[in-house]
Amino acid sequence: MEKSTRNRLLQEQAALWMMRSAAFVVFASLVAIILTIVVKGWSSLSWEMLTSTPQGGYYLGKGGGILNAIAGSVYLALGSTVLATGIGLPIALYLNVYASPSGRSVGMIRTALDVLFGVPSIVYGSFGFVLMLWVGIKVSLFAGIIVVGLLVVPIVARTMDEVLRSVRPEMKDAAFAMGATRWETAWKVVARQGLPGLGTALLMGFGRAIGDAASVMFTTGFTDHVPGSIMDPAATLPLAIFFQLSSPVPEVRERAYAAALVLTMIILILSIFGRLLVKRSSKHTI
Amino acid sequence: MHTPRTTLSVRGLHVNYGDHAVLKDVNVDFPDRRLTAIIGPSGCGKTTLLRTLNRLIDNTEGTRITGEVLLDGQDIYARGADVTGLRRKMGLLSQRPTPLPMSIFDNVAFGMRIHGERPKQQIAERVEYFLRHASLWEEVKERLHQPAGGLSIGQQQRLCLARGLAVGPEVILGDEPTSALDPISTRHIEDKFTELKERYAIIIVTHVLRQARRLADHVVFMYLGEVVEQGPAEQLFNDPQHELTRAYISGSIS
Repeated sequence: MEKSTRNRLLQEQAALWMMRSAAFVVFASLVAIILTIVVKGWSSLSWEMLTSTPQGGYYLGKGGGILNAIAGSVYLALGSTVLATGIGLPIALYLNVYASPSGRSVGMIRTALDVLFGVPSIVYGSFGFVLMLWVGIKVSLFAGIIVVGLLVVPIVARTMDEVLRSVRPEMKDAAFAMGATRWETAWKVVARQGLPGLGTALLMGFGRAIGDAASVMFTTGFTDHVPGSIMDPAATLPLAIFFQLSSPVPEVRERAYAAALVLTMIILILSIFGRLLVKRSSKHTI
Repeated sequence: MHTPRTTLSVRGLHVNYGDHAVLKDVNVDFPDRRLTAIIGPSGCGKTTLLRTLNRLIDNTEGTRITGEVLLDGQDIYARGADVTGLRRKMGLLSQRPTPLPMSIFDNVAFGMRIHGERPKQQIAERVEYFLRHASLWEEVKERLHQPAGGLSIGQQQRLCLARGLAVGPEVILGDEPTSALDPISTRHIEDKFTELKERYAIIIVTHVLRQARRLADHVVFMYLGEVVEQGPAEQLFNDPQHELTRAYISGSIS
């Protein structure tokens, strides 16, 4: 075999191994995480834990559960994902149908979103707290939804933006050429073509919203009760995990892993469910 | 015989993209109920000219347009002109067929629905009518509610034709409408054009000279953004007046 050919084949092999190792690292991390929380948390996982709120002395190892945090987290993540979609989808539609593609506003909005994406969630949390003091809103589910919603907007908006960007310009032209307005083109054609990707953007937003601890610390607070109204404070799973992990009592630390398992399962179930929906929604995608 | 009445004419049209002049002083009368082919080498401005006719060019950033495009005597670039109403009068077939992300039925119904047609029965009848009109009905009548993306490329282009006809245009624009199609599908579309030109003004951009010879009644030859020569197809192909036209038709420039 010629030397150059051999080198090229070696290159091919090396590249393949590099990619395989990278994929392995990702997959192995996922397995390691799940194994850790299952092994450490499984024994503490119980029906009582899922269905009751903390009783007196729960954090010292007494009875009760984390229903308060499960409910709080689900409410919070749902609320903030809806809010983030309400802000992110119009931005993505504007960027891809309304604005002129090379216009200055487009670049500015994308850069702003990218910068916001990099802002640490603790900054969002403290910013939200300052804002709450200023407006006079107490620590509550409502405040949390607003702040976490804003935290998630950049992810949702940018993911949706990239999805809609991949819609062929000819498809927009086809709609315009029939006399469709920009709104009809955006809503009935572009968004519809991007529907599967928009679903993925929602899932990513939800995942980020339900998993963030720093932004909810000052805004949603923490309580042993399931929130009865949107103006009540609410517990969240990441904070519940944090509090339990910091406990000196070993049983409580195990419960932290069980709570982490619950959080992971929620995200996993939602992802699977979401994938199914996405698959169904892609029926008409060209 | 009835004399063709011009419904669409271009007067002193200039299109600039930044500092680059894409179209220079273009003047064309497109005859009604005739097929006009716009020919010329790549980059001569054929597609740009076509896109000025239904103002799709508005969506291209950084273009400056001066001059007039008169549809039934009205300048479509006049201040306050109704762009969606104008586009409704212009059906468009693009290079690659572009079905919309919905069912076959909904593709054809799309235009009627956005233009305010509501009664279900009426829409269903007209969808069938236009699918027949585009010679697609027999092939799709069993799967009207299946995704349009599942059709073959040739069928997709006929679907796009049906969809375009369904909004009731006066003019049909085709931007190399057969360039992505196989020979049989190309025949289908070409036959359709021959039939449709009895009722519509058809304007196609083509880089296939043989196609222009087969179909065109009227030919516009462009070179570097200018209209070099235009006239009845027979005359332009058999007795070109301009050196460049002769060179292009004989294949020595392309």
